[in-house]
Amino acid sequence: MVIDTNTCVGCMDCVVACQTENNVPEGFCRDWITTEAKGSFPTIDMEIRSERCNHCEIPPCVPCCPTGASHVSDIGGIVLVEHNKCIGCKACITACPYDARYIHPDGYAEKCTFCVHRVNEGIDPACVSVCPTKCMHFGDLDDPNSEVNKLLNSRKHHSLLREAGTKPNILYLT
Amino acid sequence: MNEITITRNNELIDPLLHVWSWEIPVYLFLGGLVAGMMIIAGYFLYTGRNKKSKSSSSFIPFVSFALLSLGMIALFLDLENKLYVWRLYTTFEITSPMSWGSWILLLIYPILIVGMIIGLPDKYIEKYSFLRSIRTFFVTKTSRVKALGMLYILFGVMLGMYTGVLLSSMGARPLWSTSILWVLFLSSGISGGAALVHMITKDKYESDLLLKADNIFLSIELVVIIMMLVSLVSTSEVHMNAAMLLISGEYAIRFWVLVVGLGILVPLIIQILTVNNIVKHIVIAPIMVILGGLALRFIIVAAGQLSHW
Repeated sequence: MVIDTNTCVGCMDCVVACQTENNVPEGFCRDWITTEAKGSFPTIDMEIRSERCNHCEIPPCVPCCPTGASHVSDIGGIVLVEHNKCIGCKACITACPYDARYIHPDGYAEKCTFCVHRVNEGIDPACVSVCPTKCMHFGDLDDPNSEVNKLLNSRKHHSLLREAGTKPNILYLT
Repeated sequence: MNEITITRNNELIDPLLHVWSWEIPVYLFLGGLVAGMMIIAGYFLYTGRNKKSKSSSSFIPFVSFALLSLGMIALFLDLENKLYVWRLYTTFEITSPMSWGSWILLLIYPILIVGMIIGLPDKYIEKYSFLRSIRTFFVTKTSRVKALGMLYILFGVMLGMYTGVLLSSMGARPLWSTSILWVLFLSSGISGGAALVHMITKDKYESDLLLKADNIFLSIELVVIIMMLVSLVSTSEVHMNAAMLLISGEYAIRFWVLVVGLGILVPLIIQILTVNNIVKHIVIAPIMVILGGLALRFIIVAAGQLSHW
């Protein structure tokens, strides 16, 4: 997933769309808005980002799972949790440097699934579909001709906590 | 200026991670204590001290069984999806320290039960022939008791190690992300175990031996703590910030006073004076060692969750 921080206005449509699409329990969210202001007046630089699970290339939440509930899916390397295998030990939550997971009131660990049920049908994730500024782009990072790769080739970009060594699969255009 | 605002407010995650409460430190403490006691019992079994009627190797399996079970209850209470606990035993995930731990715990029980049968008073053994045959199988050959002793030491070390590896495998929490953490937990477990056995054993030789040994274990623990802090401070900025939580930050007073001061230094001084017959033996020192071990687990688990990238 590629997100353009120059066009994101932080309206939180993506957050609400995700909560509605995925029946996210009240008080929780799988995606959220981060606003980062850097510098000092008058040269202040502000970045608004829609954040969620980074579906990392090296996901620390997967090897720590004692039951195999937390796994990398065959579909595009999406990181998922099998609810009926999860014992709620919370190892994956402490293993994630992005704090992207939480415990669902029913007892299992939950997080962004990239709306895998929609992706399976060839539709974009809910957050991408509703974005009023079209700042989010979903596609195949392995395909050099995909829209996401074209954007990455033409623009400067960064990922979150690169130094944590997880190789995030969400990239932010700056 | 670098100001970050996040709209997320997930329970137990925000504003600061606090998913592991009292259950995990209590379990890590009891697991460490049992690990220490198993190593001690293993040594006594290996050296043939089980032949002495008062040897602590006869009661350690009972105490270990009780404490480990209490620890496992705490672990179970921490699970959010308790009905699915059996899922731990339908798989073995080689990369997950928690999976290793759940299987180690399962294997420890039969070893403890064999030790309990060997340590049971004769009047109980005589009532049940199968207990007698198990005891006879081991006791009649020294090599078998020695092998059992080795198993006690092996599983004690594995239990003590894994409790540290469990946390240190979490790269996302810089305070835990140091490979020396298992040495700290193991040395703390052995010093706590030695203190507990020293307190309750009626065998004078073993009690004196464990008091002397405990001074060595406490000294090692102190060195390991210093090494851990040095290694964290010299790794990266996030690791340094994590170490600062203990050195001068939010957990500093509790860490220096409860863990280092009252948990290691004061009992170490008292015990050194006792060993050298300068002061009379007082039971407060081993109690301080044990409580210091508990404080260590609470502080490491809480401060570790506070540390972040």
